This record gives sequence, C-alpha cells and structure tokens, in this order.
Amino acid sequence: MMQAADRKIAAPIVNVETEPFWKAAAEGRFLIKRCTDCGKPHWYPRAVCPFCMSAATVWEEASGRGTIYSYSVARRAPEPYAVAYVTLEEGPTMLTNVVDCDLDALAFGQAVVVTFKPSDGGYPVPMFRPA
Amino acid sequence: MSIRGKACIAGVYEHPTRKAPDKSVAQLHAEVALGALKDAGLTKDDVDGYFCAGDAPGVGATSMIEYMNLKVRHLDSTDTGGSSYLVHVSHAAQAIALGKCDVALVTLAGRPRSEGMATGTTPRMRDPNQPDFQWEFPYSLTNVAGYGMCAMRHMHEFGTTSEQLAWIKVAASHHAQHNPNAMLPEVVTVEEVVSSPILADPLHRLDCCVISDGGGAVIVTRPEIARSLGRPLVKVIGAGEAEKHTAGGDVDLTYSGAVWSGPAAFAEAGVTPADIKYASIYDSFTITVLMQIEDLGFCEKGQGGRFVADGNLISGVGKLPFNTDGGGLCNNHPANRGGMTKIIEAVRQLRGEAHPAVQVKNCDLALAQGTGLQLGARHGSATLILERE
Repeated sequence: MMQAADRKIAAPIVNVETEPFWKAAAEGRFLIKRCTDCGKPHWYPRAVCPFCMSAATVWEEASGRGTIYSYSVARRAPEPYAVAYVTLEEGPTMLTNVVDCDLDALAFGQAVVVTFKPSDGGYPVPMFRPA
Repeated sequence: MSIRGKACIAGVYEHPTRKAPDKSVAQLHAEVALGALKDAGLTKDDVDGYFCAGDAPGVGATSMIEYMNLKVRHLDSTDTGGSSYLVHVSHAAQAIALGKCDVALVTLAGRPRSEGMATGTTPRMRDPNQPDFQWEFPYSLTNVAGYGMCAMRHMHEFGTTSEQLAWIKVAASHHAQHNPNAMLPEVVTVEEVVSSPILADPLHRLDCCVISDGGGAVIVTRPEIARSLGRPLVKVIGAGEAEKHTAGGDVDLTYSGAVWSGPAAFAEAGVTPADIKYASIYDSFTITVLMQIEDLGFCEKGQGGRFVADGNLISGVGKLPFNTDGGGLCNNHPANRGGMTKIIEAVRQLRGEAHPAVQVKNCDLALAQGTGLQLGARHGSATLILERE
C-alpha cells in the first residue's frame, strides 16, 4: 500500500477563454463545456465546439462523477502520484490526477468523484478521489 | 499523383557523439549536414531545399539556413516532434516531384544530455498559450506516465505483459552490442528489464529510451541525380502521415496514429506488411514499438505482445528485424527525437551497410515509422516505405 501524499501542484495557466472554469473551481464547482448547437459536451473546454465548430458553447456544472479509464503511478517522483484519464459521467474523458487514495489499489473502471486541491499560488485544481 | 519513385535518399549521416558539451546545437546541425552531403557525394552548394523541426535553433528553418549559408528555393519546418524527419522526407519527395527543389537537406540535432534534461520524468514547460498544455500542466503529466497509461490500458484490454514489452528492449540490445557508438551496448535479459526500477506504471527504466546528444541528417534528391552519384539507389515509394489526439474527450489509448499513416504508405507503395524485410520502429518506450507494430498491420491488434516475444524482432532470429542499430532504446535518441535515426538505419539496411552481424539478407524493402510527441495524448505519426532498386 502506498498512500498518495499531498504534493505541490503547479498553478493553472489561465486565459480569457478558460477563466470561468477556474473561477468556478475556486467556488468548488466543476464545469465542462457543452455545445448548444450539436448538444455534445467536450473536454478540454473550448470556446469553439470540437465536434461542429459552433461558437455556441456554454459552461455547465458537471456531476463530478466518473470512472478511471487508465492510470499510471509516477513512482520516482519525490511524492509519488497517479496520472489518470477519467471518463466523466457526462461522456468526455479527461486527463487528471487521482488523489487521496492508495496508489496500489487503483483499478480500471473504478468510480471516482471530483475534489479540489490547492495549487501553488493559483486557482484550485479539480482532481478525483475514490468514490 | 503519387510520390512513388519520384525521389531517392542519396545521403545519410548519424553523428557519432552521444554527449556533446563542447558543441552548440547549431554546430551539430551543420556537422550532420556536412556528413550527409559527403555521404551522398554532394556539396552545400547543391542544396536547394532545407527541412528542419523544432530542435533547430531559431525561427523555423531561417536561422539554420543563414548559419549554414544556404541558398534555398524550398523550405519546410513542419514539427511533429520525433516523427518530423519522416514527414520531411515525404514532403521533400513531394517538393522534388513538383520541381520545387532538387536536393533537399533534412537535419536534426540537440544536446539534452549535456543540458541535463530529465526528459521522461519531469513535465516539460511549453508555450503557455498551447491550448492542451494548460489542461495537463497542473496534473504533472510526464512523458513516461503518458506512455505508461497506454501500456496499462493495453495490458488491461489485451493481457499484454511486462515480460513481452521487455522483449523489445532485449531485441534492441542484441543489435546494439554490434554498434560501437551505442550508449547501451550491453545485452540485457527480460529478467533485467522487469527488475529495473519502475518509473511510472508499468514502465521500467529499461523500457525507456536513452537521453543522448547528437543528431543526424538525410539528403533527398531526384532519381536522376541519385543515380549519378554511384551509391546504391534507395527510393521513397510510399509515405503517410497522421495526427492522433484526444478528440474532444473521445480518448482511446489502445492505438496510435500509425493506424492511418501506415495504410496510406502501404497503399502508395503498393506493398503489404508481409513484404517488409526490415522495419525501423520508433522506440521512445517499449510500448511505443508494440502499438505501432500492431497498427502498421504486422500483427492483429492486441497480439503485439505475443508477436514481439521470444526474439521475433532480432535480426537473423525473428520474423521482423527491427532497429538494428540498437534504436532509441539502446543506441541513440538525439534531441529526444528518434525519427531521424529510424530513417538512417533503414537506408543502411537497404544499402547493405548495416553491421554484418545485423544486416538483413537481400534487404530490398524497408519501412521506417515515427511517432512524435505524446502517445497518450496528441502525437504525429509518419510512415515511410523505402525500396532499393
């Protein structure tokens, strides 16, 4: 068993296109983008829909629930951590970290929920922990 | 319209250095350019097309064109990471077929080893405006963890094992023992690979390529010019390129862009995987090789582990001799970009100039395959099929 320790998380890079996401994260809300023309949600969030190129994309609050699609534990880092792709309940799969977990007990398809971790001088970062 | 047979690789050169603290990056580019020109029997003044990628210092191709004092009428600085140079050969063949240049020079060089880059295990800073990077940086996505997630998923879906992946390194090491310039010339065993430390699950240190300084260059030219130079004629007969990415969140880590670049190259060349006598396969990590072998059609999807096991990639032993220079896994991965050396070893094989211990008999058809950037996110795949006349 190897418990994931809290580690220093780099402050997110924020720009005008993505600022609402990070402001919501500061309030503990996890947003994704959905296109109001084709109806599809996507990741990572864009102003322009990656499926139909419509500019009619809107932020929506996601459930914060998902399952692990794949993962890899970086074992040589000073504080070992898990990089993962999590498939959100809404559909898209996103790159993230799985935290607050036993790094030796992660599994494909494992249910996870969003949690926000403080970053080094920036907005908090949405990550996932076992549900 | 096709590039089939419209251009030849007339010169290749791999810098012998693996650590160059006493040379600048521009200097290394110029040294490999000179090496390839000498190999072809041409001079700087014959060059009228220049190709380079992001490893070339300066803005696009411009700074190196000035440094080498070239006069070109065609240039291209397409950057698809480590696969760029295979794309360049394809683009050079296109330009030559259209009469846009006659002698194209492609260079790669860099010195990550002297500069102390922790290439695989430290997240690399990139342009903050790069839209995807913003969504990876806070999560500390390293190269090895990104490729690790591909390997984890492959194991989960297809039952691939660490021992099977290890066979790829073992095969490369069997070849590297004959290469006096190889960084890791020692033959290793499956046991040694799987007992080396895990960097990111499930990849061990010995599943990873080397970090080396150096570089390489190729000369692409019209067949008439190549024929006049008196070297064995190596024709470009097929090429494909593709980009695979996270597709708006529709992530599938079980395949690479080679599922698109491979068939395009085979179709243009009019050959099949079964016809290939030698394959240079991009080997940033062992999993990179395994996925490309499947995606190029050398075996069924999911069967790559069985295919690479038991020495099947060792020249003179297995069915698909690969990376007979020792590859990026054992020989050289200059500038963290392995595409150039893939082309160079394929040309050596086709000319009959590989080391005798690893030279494939009657090698008249070879493939070179590159996957650049991050297999577990976005990457550029490029496939070349080369034929000796």
